[in-house]
Amino acid sequence: MKRSRLWAWSLFGIGAAYFLIPLIATFEFSLRMRRGAYSWDAYAAVFADPRFQATFSYSAFIALCTIVVGILLVVPAAYFVRLRLPHLRPIIEFVTLLPLIIPPIILVFGYIRLYNSSSWLPFTGSALATDLLLVFAYATLSLPLMYRAVDTGLRTIDVGTLTEAATILGANQVTILARIILPNILIAVLSGAFLTFAIVMGEFVIASLLSRPAFGPYLQLIGANRAYEPAALAIISFIITWGAMGTIQLLARFAPKTAARID
Amino acid sequence: MSNSPSTANPAAVSAGPVATGPVGGSAAKLFLLPAGLLGVAPFLIFAVMFLIAPTLYLVTAAFVDSAGNITIDNILALSDPQIVSAYDISLRISLASAGIGAAIGLAIALAVIRGGLPPQLRAALMTFSGVASNFAGVPLAFAFLATLGRLGLVTIILRTVFGVDLYRSGFNILSFWGLTITYLYFQIPLMIVIIAPAIDGLRREWSEAAATLGAKPWQFWRYVGLPVLWPNLLGTLSLLFANAFGAIATAYALTGSSLNIVPILLYAQIRGDVLHNPGLGAALALGMIVITAFANVIYLVIRTRAERWLK
Amino acid sequence: MAEQFLSIEKIVKSFGGNTVVHGVDLGFGKGEFISLLGPSGCGKTTILRMIAGFERPTAGRIVVEGKDITHLSPNQRKIGMVFQAYALFPNMNVADNIGFGLKVAGIPRDKARARVAEMLALIGLSGFEKRFPFELSGGQQQRVALARALAPRPRMLLLDEPLSALDAKIRVSLREQIRAIQRELGITTIFVTHDQEEALSISDRIVVLNAGKVEQFGTPFEVYNRPASRFVATFVGTLNTLQATVADAAKKTVAIDGQVVTIPALPATARSGETVALTMRPEAIAIANGVPRDIVLDGTVSEVNFLGSVIRLKIDLGANAINLDIFNDQHTPPPAHGTPVRIGIASGDVLVLDG
Ligand SMILES: Nc1ncnc2c1ncn2[C@@H]1O[C@H](COP(=O)(O)OP(=O)(O)O)[C@@H](O)[C@H]1O
Ligand SMILES: [Mg+2]
Repeated sequence: MKRSRLWAWSLFGIGAAYFLIPLIATFEFSLRMRRGAYSWDAYAAVFADPRFQATFSYSAFIALCTIVVGILLVVPAAYFVRLRLPHLRPIIEFVTLLPLIIPPIILVFGYIRLYNSSSWLPFTGSALATDLLLVFAYATLSLPLMYRAVDTGLRTIDVGTLTEAATILGANQVTILARIILPNILIAVLSGAFLTFAIVMGEFVIASLLSRPAFGPYLQLIGANRAYEPAALAIISFIITWGAMGTIQLLARFAPKTAARID
Repeated sequence: MSNSPSTANPAAVSAGPVATGPVGGSAAKLFLLPAGLLGVAPFLIFAVMFLIAPTLYLVTAAFVDSAGNITIDNILALSDPQIVSAYDISLRISLASAGIGAAIGLAIALAVIRGGLPPQLRAALMTFSGVASNFAGVPLAFAFLATLGRLGLVTIILRTVFGVDLYRSGFNILSFWGLTITYLYFQIPLMIVIIAPAIDGLRREWSEAAATLGAKPWQFWRYVGLPVLWPNLLGTLSLLFANAFGAIATAYALTGSSLNIVPILLYAQIRGDVLHNPGLGAALALGMIVITAFANVIYLVIRTRAERWLK
Repeated sequence: MAEQFLSIEKIVKSFGGNTVVHGVDLGFGKGEFISLLGPSGCGKTTILRMIAGFERPTAGRIVVEGKDITHLSPNQRKIGMVFQAYALFPNMNVADNIGFGLKVAGIPRDKARARVAEMLALIGLSGFEKRFPFELSGGQQQRVALARALAPRPRMLLLDEPLSALDAKIRVSLREQIRAIQRELGITTIFVTHDQEEALSISDRIVVLNAGKVEQFGTPFEVYNRPASRFVATFVGTLNTLQATVADAAKKTVAIDGQVVTIPALPATARSGETVALTMRPEAIAIANGVPRDIVLDGTVSEVNFLGSVIRLKIDLGANAINLDIFNDQHTPPPAHGTPVRIGIASGDVLVLDG
């Protein structure tokens, strides 16, 4: 019994080392900018860069739009599948799994070919339309997360009874969804939203191939041209991811007691 | 009895006459369909426009030449040595990082969930895995350059403290092993995140029953634990594989275009049409789709066979 | 019992600082069917798991056939166990489940197959070899679990509330089947339950537990008719209580409702003038017509519960209310609500319980 405990501890230790050492190394590296002494110079340089501010806010805005689109698409679909159309469940679940199988580079390649400026739906024709396409692309990437989060949330509330109760009180479908269902699964939806945010902030290939001024391509550009700023940016990105995931963990504490944890 | 696809839910079948209940119920609710369909329609239309149509478009484009005629030349052109080697490296990196990531992730998850470690450790591991599994792309490349690059902390410490010169002994972060080690940073946590609920599903009574029947721990894992986890393991494995196979940002930021993997080749092709043939780009993409789809078909087939006992 | 097959010697179990088993001392004979009976949380499962080897006692020993097994690991104890939630291996069919213990013991395949067939016949599920657990009903699963536990010929069988997940009907028929199989194999069996009726109906002897302590250890007849404590008396069966005043402690007389009667069970510690609670089983009370009883009380019927062969009446006696059972008589309907009745109690059936 003691020996197996030792095994477990060592495995945990190896895992912890594997994940912490790169973080420590990156942090150490990010402090090396000034010769001979540790300093925050790399961070100062990053924050002072106007492109950092511009691309960061652009990506944050795109992420927010993605979250809104994702909620509008997924919540009604998941709700009606649970309530009325259970036979569609396999189809919907298959669709939500596709983004895990089809690489993003394939999707964006398809968009560029299918929705080019001379096509019936010229998404890549103008900057604004391309921004829209970027949002849709990210919404596609976030489908698996969003759907899983929302469906988990719906499972913990009694959708059928809530709907019947609201219908008896005279509410229509839109009211039910917006006023009854959404608030009840808010925590689950927010979990999906923060995950989406983390992913959109760091995404590279779609933004790059659609030539949008997003944070991911900016990171890549800095990486190709600077020495210490990339390490600082990696730490900043890690903190963003950590913040998003930490918020999800925190939210899970407030979720209904029966809620399955999203993690 | 399980070769008909309609037996996907054996419980409903064995329930006999009761099984007709839900069918009658859904028929009675038929008049409510329009509202429901209206709610699902945007989702389905969106999926067709941004998921299915672009993919199918590329699949067909792979069989069309620049004049619009049907051809298999694009597919045949994949036999170009540069492309073949790109697929080769991509496959090897994906298989290695998925296989190793799954094995290590499973071991760590088992150790922490069933190894009698304090429960707080589990919470910490799950939170951290949630973060690390999403910490991919460009920043991950930066982190590993700062760790194992020529000036990375670990490289320096190994050289100055332990006298081991990584780079002189043939290691390179811009290589197969370099990229595999980097990918493991998100593959292992992803495995942990996905497999943990499945491990929770292994009921304590199963191992206890096995023990009272005289089984040693390895016999429990050999005959019960791993077989029960098997469908989940395979599913996660194919997911990890697809995850690595389609990943580009990390590799691109790490190596520029010096490492010849399929997504980087495709990226260069989309940017600048380096292959001078739009159909060939589609064929490259088709190859990627076929490979990730194949990995998932293997999983689905095995899962269906396991479905004999899956509820 | 001179020859102890299993003895549990001064077992203590604490989880952290919380002691849940307080020095339990028990000895069972070979081939006995023992029930551990007690309310939920009293430590029954913990005791069973210590016997099986899943929990280490904080103090005390467990001895089987003269050998101390306290520190033996579960897979070396040769003790079969059946769990509440069946715990069949979901990836194996019935035959493989039952044959598991034989397989890990390295029994040759043809021998194992014969043993599996024998076990299937024993539980009445021949022909179910190829079924998977999810294709079986709860009762069938539990029978397979029983066969699986018995197949490697364990020296003892432990069952932890094996019936509580099942329907009432199946519960009764399966407990009879378990008892019949146990008799046939002569295997020492410890059966954990919180259902007193279950324990009374199938056990050779019952251990009544409360809060980690043994309240009583005896045959069902003893436990029911001579409960060692108020806890046992109330937990096992239904109990009526009548308040009375001790008239003369030396003569063991009490005054109840103006009558002075001798209560043989009155403890020597009782003092004249104090109030005592007289308790008795419903079946010890009769509607006083015919059979002479020495305690006679008047009241009215306040509730009539038709239970089938027995009818339980609740009688309002003013200060007290009691339950009594009468047999169903197909020619005489039971007394109606509000009927005045006179009841009689034989003073020899009265118990006086303290605590
Ligand atoms: N592993 C454990 N850790 C802490 N407390 C436990 C553990 N197992 C049981 N207990 C406590 O011990 C007491 C007895 O539990 P148990 O033996 O399962 O009762 P029973 O089976 O009679 O219902 C309960 O209060 C329970 O909470
Ligand atoms: Mg219990």
